[in-house]
Amino acid sequence: MISFTPTEEQQQLIDTIRRFAANDVQPIAHEADENQRVPANIITTGWEIGLVPTAIPEELGGLGELSAVTGVLAAEELAYGDLSAALQIMAPALFAYPIILFGTAEQRENLLPMFLEERPAHATGALLEPGVFFDPTDLNVTATVEGDRVKLNGTKAYVPLAATADWVLVYTRNAETNKIEAYVIQTDVRGVEIGGREHLMGIRALPTHQVNFNNAEVDLPCRLGGAVGMDFDVILNRSRVALAAMAVGVARASFEYARDYAKGRVQFGVPIAQKQAIAFMLAEMAIEVDAARLMVWEAAWKLDQGEDATKESYLAKEYADKAVMQVTDSGVQTLGGYGFIREYPAERWLRNGRGFTTFDGLAMV
Amino acid sequence: MAINFEVPDNVQQQMAMVQMVAEHVMRPISRDIDENEHARPWPFIEQMWPFMRDMQKRNLEKLLSNGDSTPKREGPGVTNLRLMMMVEMLSWGDAGIYLCLPGGQLGGAAIEAVGTPEQKSRFLNRFAEGDKPSWGAMAMTEPGAGSDTSAIQATAVRDEATGEWILNGEKIFCTNGKLALDESDGLVVVWASIDKGAGRAGMRPFIVEAGTPGVKVTKVEIKHGIRASDTAAIVFDNARIPADNILGSPEVEQRNGGSSKGFKGAMATFDATRPLVAASALGIGRASLEFLKDKLAENGVEIPYGRSYHKLTAIQRDVIDMEMNLRAAYLLTLRAISMLDHKEQNSLEASMAKAKAGKVVTQIGQRTVELLGPAGYSREHLAEKWMRDSKINDIYEGTGQINTLIVARRILGYSSSELR
Repeated sequence: MISFTPTEEQQQLIDTIRRFAANDVQPIAHEADENQRVPANIITTGWEIGLVPTAIPEELGGLGELSAVTGVLAAEELAYGDLSAALQIMAPALFAYPIILFGTAEQRENLLPMFLEERPAHATGALLEPGVFFDPTDLNVTATVEGDRVKLNGTKAYVPLAATADWVLVYTRNAETNKIEAYVIQTDVRGVEIGGREHLMGIRALPTHQVNFNNAEVDLPCRLGGAVGMDFDVILNRSRVALAAMAVGVARASFEYARDYAKGRVQFGVPIAQKQAIAFMLAEMAIEVDAARLMVWEAAWKLDQGEDATKESYLAKEYADKAVMQVTDSGVQTLGGYGFIREYPAERWLRNGRGFTTFDGLAMV
Repeated sequence: MAINFEVPDNVQQQMAMVQMVAEHVMRPISRDIDENEHARPWPFIEQMWPFMRDMQKRNLEKLLSNGDSTPKREGPGVTNLRLMMMVEMLSWGDAGIYLCLPGGQLGGAAIEAVGTPEQKSRFLNRFAEGDKPSWGAMAMTEPGAGSDTSAIQATAVRDEATGEWILNGEKIFCTNGKLALDESDGLVVVWASIDKGAGRAGMRPFIVEAGTPGVKVTKVEIKHGIRASDTAAIVFDNARIPADNILGSPEVEQRNGGSSKGFKGAMATFDATRPLVAASALGIGRASLEFLKDKLAENGVEIPYGRSYHKLTAIQRDVIDMEMNLRAAYLLTLRAISMLDHKEQNSLEASMAKAKAGKVVTQIGQRTVELLGPAGYSREHLAEKWMRDSKINDIYEGTGQINTLIVARRILGYSSSELR
């Protein structure tokens, strides 16, 4: 039966995060961007909403609820507050969720309990690589199996919170088979070097680093899913819808601000929102935000059905990537000169919005 | 409730049947009917009449038994969902021929929305019984009144002696006007002013039946696309309409404080019909895109969902762009339709869907012709026809611009005088 209404529990979650985003996160977003740091209490409060602990299986003490639909509803609201904060709050999921989905019994038992603690676990994921082009299905970081040991070589980039991480889930190409695999590795292993903080156009409050692997060795059982491995398509798809949902959140923030601004800004004796040139731009923004959201919902719903959602997730991500650019650009345009001034949030949303085409694997539901 | 995109089994099964009609009844005559404008797609009409008649009969029985009381059945229905899916599928078959679907169409929708139970029974029965099909139509546009319906010049003056309304004026661009008035015992819902000084508040729809003296179809337009559908000009010359053929109150409300309920009520019809125009657009868009992808595949071009964007060719990017926009328009339409089935106010969502679908599908039609090169432009294939058929969806039932304006007013909380 077709329905566009979240469950009561989901609606409560949306309301909770929306309040947090509007009352606590948006007010600090500018300063966080300028200082390149999200205040600790924001991360703590965000973590206390409990998205990741909820997803941990019941037998390990969580609630066993890893729904992509719930995940995208939450991701949109978090990113509506601030993208850097959203990515940081959800960074531990980059490690936890693939293990929930594909980890061996041993991996789950050993690695998941740390996500039930009061503070976010120091764990992250590494998929992106430096350079001009990036293709998640054709990685340059390699895993070479030698007996029951595996040597990792190559460089990852845009790894969130790498400098403070104890654990990294690193995606690699098997040097022999070319298959994409993932390995759990601790950052104090010899051959793992965390680079300096990266300087990006947007998401400036989120610390990201390059991580270099120079013959860094792990045991073969550290491979995600063991001998069976993982379904990388599912991981990519869950990342696609998570990021697309965050793009919707950023776009919505930009749209709402521009809409309210246009109703208050008087030129030629009337609010500029009463001019069709502005009103139509705002209408297009509203349509694109809704359209992108519906694409995300459908893909997430299909993921929850356990069906192959590659096409839906891919199209949702492509759509949201374009929509967030169009909407955040129109957001700046609506504010005119003020749109260009950093004191106003519109240009930050445009900078953050530009990142989505690059952000493979930076969020997960 | 929970977010859910599953189309119920029974609707899916019905769509399998509709698809048979689209594929085996519509597609084979699609080119021929397009080339011979104003020829009637009788095989389609005859095939569909019993089906539509029975469907309309069930619908009418429900309308009359429920009246204004709450529905008997628990939970939301699927009436509008089924209709959307059917319109999409039939338009995938042929959008022009789909418009010849026998039944009340826009005229019937207006009567359903604002008619009294007596009017519903008296006027809608013809679409629910008998051996011969009949059609309903809506006549609103005039040479000087397109998007600006407040400029309507047609008048209805009450004859105090008989109580009849005397209708004068000219209507154009009336879809199925000729089918309704000249080729069946149908009816046209005609918009006219009962008080010119009252502006929109003075507008009323009148039900004009076939055979009414003084009503004449003067012209059938020759068009860019949907050529199977007749688009009529109708002249009313002192046409006498029975007193109780008016939809809504015969009294004009006070301008100040009184809402123009008659006008607004009938305008609400658009909340139900705009998503259906979007659905028709979606069907044409899907036809174009499927044909394009088939032809590309024959020539070794596949669409690799999941591949990095920078590794795609220009054609692959184009197709992905078309496909995601079509899906976005589909989902916006599905939402507007679902809200109708849930009896929720959907003016904003209906206009969003219509604006998006009209634009997207027009672009898909045009790009398909472009990408297919000589085969696209050739009348040997249907791609060029679909391009011509798609354009109307960005024009009728409110142009893309009018629907964007409605969206803008709604999101900004502005009235039509605050945002003109």
